Amino acid sequence: MNSSNRIAQRFALLEKHKRSGLVTFVTANDPTPQVFMDILEGLPSMGADLIEIGIPFSDPMADGPAIQASSQRSLKHNTNIDDVLSAVTEFRRNEIDTPIILMGYYNPIYHYGDQEFAEAAAQAGVDGVIVVDLPPEEAEELNVHLRANDIHMIFLTAPTSSDERLPTILSKASGFVYHVAIAGITGTAVASEQLVKAAVERLRRHTKLPVAVGFGIKTPEQAKAIGAHCNAAVVGSAIVDVIAKSVDGDGKPAPGLTTKVLEFVKSLATGVHGSWP
Amino acid sequence: MAEALNTYKAGADENGHFGLFGGRYVAETLMPLILELEKAYVAACADPKFTAELKHLNTHYSGRPSAMYFAERLTAHFGGAKLYFKRDELNHTGSHKINNCLGQILVAKRMGKKRIIAETGAGQHGVATATVCARFGLQCVVYMGAKDIERQKPNVFRMRMLGAEVRPVEKGTATLKDAMNEALRDWVSNVHDTYYLIGTAAGPHPYPTMVRDFQSVIGEEVRTQLHEAEGRLPDSLVAAVGGGSNAIGLFHPFLDDASVKMFGVEAAGRGLNTGEHAASITGGSPGVLHGNRTYLLQDDNGQIKDAHSISAGLDYPGIGPEHAWLHFQGRVDYVSATDTEALAAFQLCSKLEGILPALEPAHALAYVARVAPTLPKDHLMVMNLCGRGDKDVFTVAEALGDKL
Repeated sequence: MNSSNRIAQRFALLEKHKRSGLVTFVTANDPTPQVFMDILEGLPSMGADLIEIGIPFSDPMADGPAIQASSQRSLKHNTNIDDVLSAVTEFRRNEIDTPIILMGYYNPIYHYGDQEFAEAAAQAGVDGVIVVDLPPEEAEELNVHLRANDIHMIFLTAPTSSDERLPTILSKASGFVYHVAIAGITGTAVASEQLVKAAVERLRRHTKLPVAVGFGIKTPEQAKAIGAHCNAAVVGSAIVDVIAKSVDGDGKPAPGLTTKVLEFVKSLATGVHGSWP
Repeated sequence: MAEALNTYKAGADENGHFGLFGGRYVAETLMPLILELEKAYVAACADPKFTAELKHLNTHYSGRPSAMYFAERLTAHFGGAKLYFKRDELNHTGSHKINNCLGQILVAKRMGKKRIIAETGAGQHGVATATVCARFGLQCVVYMGAKDIERQKPNVFRMRMLGAEVRPVEKGTATLKDAMNEALRDWVSNVHDTYYLIGTAAGPHPYPTMVRDFQSVIGEEVRTQLHEAEGRLPDSLVAAVGGGSNAIGLFHPFLDDASVKMFGVEAAGRGLNTGEHAASITGGSPGVLHGNRTYLLQDDNGQIKDAHSISAGLDYPGIGPEHAWLHFQGRVDYVSATDTEALAAFQLCSKLEGILPALEPAHALAYVARVAPTLPKDHLMVMNLCGRGDKDVFTVAEALGDKL
């Protein structure tokens, strides 16, 4: 399948079934390469509609303690971009429909080379890329190569993005819009349903793209409530926390970790799939 | 090396870039804030009341102009270049950091911000920020690496006396880089009332430009003072570079005076070949961190490496983007000095001039000690003595095997 269509087709499918989608986030190779691969391959059948894979970075400035710790666990295995892309290639052997979005900070990508990264990611079967510290003003240097390789650059909108600013972001947006529900870092405050509702209504006036909402969604109930106002709910820190609770001080996973993570994802999916705006 | 330019003072461009370097690499939540800050700063610069108030504070609160001092005994000791110290350690709070803090606190006040956050390494910027917050009655939170809190205890106490809350950062290497990460996380979480007072000439646009402008008072005074003392321009300028705020403040007013050579001295820590250093230009490569593209210490995967320096103020794996550009253009030479050389310079300056320098300018002096003897006696060299050494007495004592 042409990778650039996977995201659109997934959102079209969700719309057809009149349900909101679940986007899950896990950092690559957290807690170990093998356990991560088991989790990744288990996600689609547990109800993850889109999958975000974190590229770990030493200095994740927009992330809270949960994802910081998860990056550190991943970096213990010296995880680099080639490792992340190998995991995607492996995943794609059996699963060709679920979109894969890579999420990370710019420096590892810049160091790898913008063009080299875009080509290798397309080859592996990546559908979208979110770079937290590349606002639209700085994104073109990477985006030109992503576009050439049919990969969507997903942009974030925030509670601080004014009506005046939204067109700057949304004119470049593709795939879907990722709305950050709280003014803060990942996994801290709880997203407010009322604020999300108003924010998504505002976004709909500016774009026809699907809207996913993340930051501050921790439980199946919250995922359901937020999912009622957008096309998909993103859960990251809460999933990563399940991993954190099942590893020892050296990052060694306890037996049953994969099952615990996938059961939690299933409960999130059950929640959010009951919703439709 | 790049072609010579008509001017080296044109940056940053409208997008905050110095050539390849600089920019605004921040999360979307912060973008509207830094765009608003840029507007507020431009408006402040155009307001005569703002410039007058800053000048008044610089004169009557900080004690500017700082002295320009002919270091007679060191000059005789080196037996070459005629060495002047720009005495920015005599400012209120004991370093050049107050120049920037006074400027930014007036910007924050104009923006109606009630809460100020800052990062600090050596504690000089933290003390200067706590000072201006006390002076203007604003809440102050300073992020400081746990390791730096340990080695800069006097400054931690000073900040607390000034009413600031010092929050230790245990993450990562527990130094300046991690303090900056935490300050950015705080800012993103408290956007409505908080002003982030960055202490060095780095971070997203407009910070590198704004900090440089507030620090340029150093170089402007040097021009006037050396003209009075010697009737001409200096032949060379030397300053320590971590993030690079004191250096850019000294250099910038002279960038278009082709005869003036400039040397930025990075911290070589235990030696460039040991990998344990903080020399981002000499030992690093271009990358993106903390809102700007610049030279960084990083590994083969683009992960940021730990810096090392005996000087907490230089212990940072990056450098301000304008320095990165000046290096790229070949306008400024970036060199380095080790922990050991800086310690020797610290002692030499104390004994011969009766001035305890901070460990940061001790790095600059270590470079002076290397080159001054090779230069003619009519060579005029100005070194920025940007901080006083009182804060470093515990570190120096420990390094020398003394128990205080």
